[in-house]
Amino acid sequence: MFFRRKFPGQATLLLTLLICESVLAADADREAGKLAYNQCIGCHSFAYHRTGPKHCNLIGRIAGTAKNFEYSDAMHISRVVWSRETLNDFLASPLTYMPGTSMGFIGVKNSDQRMNLVEYLVHQSESDQCDP
Amino acid sequence: MSKQPSKLLFETFINSRRNFIQKAGGLSMSAAAIGLLSGTSINAFAGEKAVAQDVRILNTAIGAEHEAVAAYQLGAESGLLEPDVLKVAVGFQGHHKEHIDALSKAIRSLGGEADDAKSNYQFPVEKLKKQRDVLAFAAGLERGAVSAYANAIPVFDNRDLSLAAASILADEAMHWAVLRSALGLDPVPGAFFS
Repeated sequence: MFFRRKFPGQATLLLTLLICESVLAADADREAGKLAYNQCIGCHSFAYHRTGPKHCNLIGRIAGTAKNFEYSDAMHISRVVWSRETLNDFLASPLTYMPGTSMGFIGVKNSDQRMNLVEYLVHQSESDQCDP
Repeated sequence: MSKQPSKLLFETFINSRRNFIQKAGGLSMSAAAIGLLSGTSINAFAGEKAVAQDVRILNTAIGAEHEAVAAYQLGAESGLLEPDVLKVAVGFQGHHKEHIDALSKAIRSLGGEADDAKSNYQFPVEKLKKQRDVLAFAAGLERGAVSAYANAIPVFDNRDLSLAAASILADEAMHWAVLRSALGLDPVPGAFFS
């Protein structure tokens, strides 16, 4: 109540974000997401950096900040924080969302497939194999 | 009696090379695509941003190709590959080196600078205990490469680069199919690919 009274706009925004995140997660099919992740394995893995940065501990990370990886300037200065929502937006069209990224990838155009992929990324990036 | 996977792999590779040479005339499209990477058809009026993006995408592809070269080197030096399989692996590695050369030429023709290989690469070395593990690892990399090129082809501003990337994709797909066959898997598991 205090928060809502003191920061009404922020409370609404926070609630909206939480609802969006929940909706995105609720309908996702993680197994289908694992299949969709095949589109990423040319450049990424969870455990270690490759042509692209590793995906372990991705959620909550500020884009362009994983240690020991050389990012594009665009990614480095973006200040995007990876969440279900930002991943969903980015993966729809990386080069549109972040002009200047090195990720030469057309994007996952199918929204269901993208939602499944995001759910798989979220789950795996926080799994045991990704313990810091 | 069924043939050993390694024997089958080697024969497939040799036959592929033989067929390639015999049908070289029919491959003019691919040759032309690679020729385009020399820069002869680069659009002088392309916007700077579009060219810069194409260079970034090409360098990302070069990064993956360097990784593939390093991976095949790891496999070749592992001592786990039978001689016939080793020949095939070194042959595939040579293709990846050719891809790097072609992509680097394209970058230079666009006024850019091609990225060098990293000083070291991380691979799941602890999981490579026998020949089959190495083949499965290589197959995974090739499968990834096919997907990476498939998703990069639509984003090149210069469509000649898309054509050339498609030619490289086809080569990666053949590697993947040969390696799957050697592993006893269906070499072509489906009609579509993503």
